[in-house]
Amino acid sequence: MIEAINDALDTMLGRDDDVVIFGEDAGYFGGVFRCTAGLQEKYGTSRVFDAPISECGIMAVAVGMGAYGLRPVPEIQFADYIYPGYDQIVSEAARLRYRSAGEFIAPMTIRSPYGGGIFGGQTHSQSPEALFTHISGMKTVVPSTPYDAKGLLIAAIEDNDPVVFFEPKRIYNGPFEGYYDKPAAAWRSHDASITPEGYYRIELGKANVVREGQALTVLAYGTMVHVAKKVCEEKGVDAEVIDLRTLVPVDIETIEASVEKTGRCLIVHEASRTSGFGAELSALVQERCFYHLEAPIERVTGFDTPYPHSLEWAYFPGPVRIGQALDRLMADI
Amino acid sequence: MAGNGDTDTRGNLPPLSLHVPEPKFRPGDEVDFSHIGVTEPGAQPRPDENCEAGETHPLCNDLIRVLGDDNKAHGPWDPKLDPETLRRMLQTMALTRAFDERMFRGQRQGKTSFYMKCTGEEATSISTAMALADDDMIFPSYRQQGALISRGYPLIEMINQIYSNEGDKLKGRQLPIMYSARDYSFYTISGNLATQVPQAVGFGMASAIKGDTKIAATWVGDGSTAEGDFHAACTFASVYRAPVVINVVNNQWAISSFSGFAGAENATFAARAIGYGIAGLRVDGNDPLACYAAERWAANRARSNAGPTLIEFFSYRAEGHSTSDDPSGYRSAQEREEWPLGDPVMRLKNHLIALGEWDEDGQAKMDLEAAEQVKAANTEAQKLGTLGHGMHQPFETMFEDVYEDVPWHLAEQREQSLREKEIKFGKKDPGEAQ
Ligand SMILES: Cc1ncc(C[n+]2csc(CCOP(=O)(O)OP(=O)(O)O)c2C)c(N)n1
Repeated sequence: MIEAINDALDTMLGRDDDVVIFGEDAGYFGGVFRCTAGLQEKYGTSRVFDAPISECGIMAVAVGMGAYGLRPVPEIQFADYIYPGYDQIVSEAARLRYRSAGEFIAPMTIRSPYGGGIFGGQTHSQSPEALFTHISGMKTVVPSTPYDAKGLLIAAIEDNDPVVFFEPKRIYNGPFEGYYDKPAAAWRSHDASITPEGYYRIELGKANVVREGQALTVLAYGTMVHVAKKVCEEKGVDAEVIDLRTLVPVDIETIEASVEKTGRCLIVHEASRTSGFGAELSALVQERCFYHLEAPIERVTGFDTPYPHSLEWAYFPGPVRIGQALDRLMADI
Repeated sequence: MAGNGDTDTRGNLPPLSLHVPEPKFRPGDEVDFSHIGVTEPGAQPRPDENCEAGETHPLCNDLIRVLGDDNKAHGPWDPKLDPETLRRMLQTMALTRAFDERMFRGQRQGKTSFYMKCTGEEATSISTAMALADDDMIFPSYRQQGALISRGYPLIEMINQIYSNEGDKLKGRQLPIMYSARDYSFYTISGNLATQVPQAVGFGMASAIKGDTKIAATWVGDGSTAEGDFHAACTFASVYRAPVVINVVNNQWAISSFSGFAGAENATFAARAIGYGIAGLRVDGNDPLACYAAERWAANRARSNAGPTLIEFFSYRAEGHSTSDDPSGYRSAQEREEWPLGDPVMRLKNHLIALGEWDEDGQAKMDLEAAEQVKAANTEAQKLGTLGHGMHQPFETMFEDVYEDVPWHLAEQREQSLREKEIKFGKKDPGEAQ
């Protein structure tokens, strides 16, 4: 996925002179996860450069660049560190178009690795997406495969609204399926690791049905798509697994059609439960598909605690937690 | 598109351009540090501790040094420490270095996920911590293990934390090296850079509000001074003349970004003090005596209600940023050897030898003892488990300390986690199952 992200950035830097990339260690070194490796060498220091350790500054500068007419792609080294820049994102970037009646816009794409599973402790593991989905004026995107990462990132950069693009760092190198004690697979062997060369885009706001099924709908994004899919396969549940890809605007049509077909809905995310994005999804499904539901909507999430370093495996919503929820949902079939 | 990038109407003006800082040396480059102003030891004046802040401002662009090439102490900043104290300082440095070595190896052996060394920066935490009172609250960043060790915190407790084992007082929650030791007046470390700096100011203000006598001292890296929190700290410290010492450890690098990305090309970090109207000192961070003297000066100043001090310790990060970093990708391998201010441990050792208070045999013995002491602590700690071998905290501890009392939704989740534990591990101890 790292190569796919690099490829998307390379493609857009090459196509559009207005695209600029900056962030802590993002220039010369190419980022601590190597997502921007080689880009400074290729495009020069005025297009790709290191930033001071100032998330507030990074976000604010991107807003100013957007106002000028550039398409900045700032990087926040870990999503856990987006908070010092939060005010600039939610109060400024997200509302720039609205408050200036369209005179100024902030077409920025904020890239940031997020999520747990790499023993990053509580300050390198959080999933803060819900905090952004609650903000009007911005979009939230989470890819789950290299193919999607490239296509979605290109679409995000071309989008004229501010976009937060959260990269699930647990699956940077391979599709983690939830088992810490089994060797991790590499992307190489996975279909979605094949990314066409050059430009292609995946429209924001369109979900992907990654597994068709009749008995149950699973809504997931990021790392959890792989985990949920695996568990459904292992348990032999005829589940339809939907990778949301974009959280705002969410693809309500695909969700509705699926739940109306299956009558059951399981929502899976890694972030904590209370006021997580799953709460929004649950409300949407309840509002729109109530008469089709044959069981209560279930949420499988992280716990409402910070991400504990040594108990990551206990915190992570893995196969056991998902399996139990599936059992409950399927009990009366 | 909104905005106006059209320059045609003013076509006779030169196009604007940006300066993007670039370090002097990259991998493969020949290193030449002659541009670094290595000042004459002893040549810097030492203003009165109660002076007007402005009197220190020339020192913000100078470099306070005490130890000369002759290994002797010079000038008004010589803290005139007795040999016993100097040996204790040296011993703490040797111990810290031995600790770093073994923990680094422990990470490579898979006993923990992460470690950070402070090699070459020992004086900035050990000498400085020794200049404070024992109950002055230290608000550390993540490279001040030396301060904790200098306060006599048990090594085994540090290792338990690093190995996230059964003995870890922080219950396996924190990233390795993010200690918390209230009994030793050592504030809990956050992974979010610079957040501790304004908190230290708040602690100092509280101490003043209560009419207490203890002060706060905080450490932050050069790169992290770019954070808004750092500037908020300076503003509050200045406005209320808070009893606080703000230590900036300028080790030249913030992961792969050199100090220029925090503004070092244009002003020293100590000079930030000038803009806030607080006292500022710029100190040779590899000179243990200068570090001690500056910290003591600032602590005395704070304690006598004369106000805060911002100190820049000019040093060098001799090792990688952390076990996750390989500096050969972004800086010249030669830098470490060529660093003109030497190594703090060697400088202190040579000083003691020059005083006739130490010798090479003594040093060899000290290093050996330090290694043995760490090894023994490591052996003990390992008996309580290592991160690489399972989970050592009971699952239910995950739900403690989120709130003072466990609310219903966490109680439910706790039950759920215990049910999951049975399914995942059966009757087995999860430590064995992984
Ligand atoms: C708010 C925040 N942003 C980014 C990071 C990631 N990060 C961890 S250490 C580091 C470099 C810090 O450099 P410096 O302040 O110079 O301290 P040093 O490591 O050199 O001692 C960065 C960017 C973080 N921990 N917190």
